[in-house]
Amino acid sequence: MAMKDVPDNIFMTSLDAAASWARSNSLWPMPFATACCGIELMATASSRFDLARFGAEVMRFSPRQCDLMIVAGRVVMKMLPVLQRIWLQMPEPKWCISMGACACTGGVFDTYAVVQGVDRFIPVDLYVPGCPPRPEQLMAGIIALQDKIKHGGTLNGTEFGKRTQPTGPTPYDLDELIRIREANEKLISLN
Amino acid sequence: MSAEDALKSKFSGDELAFSQFRDNHRVVVPAAKLFEILAFLKNEQHFDMLAEVTAVDYLEYDGAKDRFGVVYVLVSTKSGERLVIKTFVNDPEPLLPSVYSLWKSADWLEREVYDMFGIRFSGHPDLRRILTPDEFTAYPLRKDYPLKGRGERHNFPVLTRAES
Ligand code: SF4
Repeated sequence: MAMKDVPDNIFMTSLDAAASWARSNSLWPMPFATACCGIELMATASSRFDLARFGAEVMRFSPRQCDLMIVAGRVVMKMLPVLQRIWLQMPEPKWCISMGACACTGGVFDTYAVVQGVDRFIPVDLYVPGCPPRPEQLMAGIIALQDKIKHGGTLNGTEFGKRTQPTGPTPYDLDELIRIREANEKLISLN
Repeated sequence: MSAEDALKSKFSGDELAFSQFRDNHRVVVPAAKLFEILAFLKNEQHFDMLAEVTAVDYLEYDGAKDRFGVVYVLVSTKSGERLVIKTFVNDPEPLLPSVYSLWKSADWLEREVYDMFGIRFSGHPDLRRILTPDEFTAYPLRKDYPLKGRGERHNFPVLTRAES
């Protein structure tokens, strides 16, 4: 078929590009809002900032129906198994945004109870810094993620399979290692 | 007769220390007499509500003789009075009688004190951890527990993209 026979309303593209285009413009977020950042997340979705302009307004509270996890707020150790479980329950293709200083690094909550960055335990695609980030910042993040999906996405999600390393920093910093060693020594001397 | 005067006359042989700051009335009582005194305040005075049970760790505190102070805040819903009862317990096995039989609100309050300080309450119906995860082994509000924990923050499996 020659190019001139194609009607005006038909586009030629690769299947990967078409799928990525569709996916990037219909992200359904899973609002994992555990703290103050969640309020900004709600503001982002509400009328003033209107996330619907970017096709991401359908917040779903069932992980089976989502493809974008937004971790908004600090995650405590007791909540981490829940976070991981929800992440595993989300169907492929899926992406994860870590929103705010706490979700990215633990923020000011450098204590025994708070996860020092969710990327140590689940894969994260995009970080939105700020305490809390403004809705515009989150939107900029979502637009950047759309860009990433459009440019790297494939129909079968082969781009996910290549990443076998956790996306976060090496899980231990030095004083943490020292503390674990001391605790073990104490346990051994007790037993 | 105020509740404090009633305590003074009823438990005159015991070492009760009374003090007051503005409208905050405080009584320090010996641990052995704690249950008896609280039962008296509940049954013969009018303190029908237990608002708070909490504890303080006095490790390395200037002038402190005992390790833990346990604080009970009683409220009377009839007169609006508040009374703070305080007692002291010590290592290695801090133990107090549970006041669950007097006020049902003691259930979770005592579980929280147990969770955070490791103070046990004998006679409590269900003394489990309430805030920290079940597999947690330390008592995090004790002063000798490091703020950043003892490696608890890393005892979880890591999910990578390939396996999720
Ligand atoms: S980053 Fe700031 S606003 Fe967000 S959860 Fe942490 S403390 Fe709250």
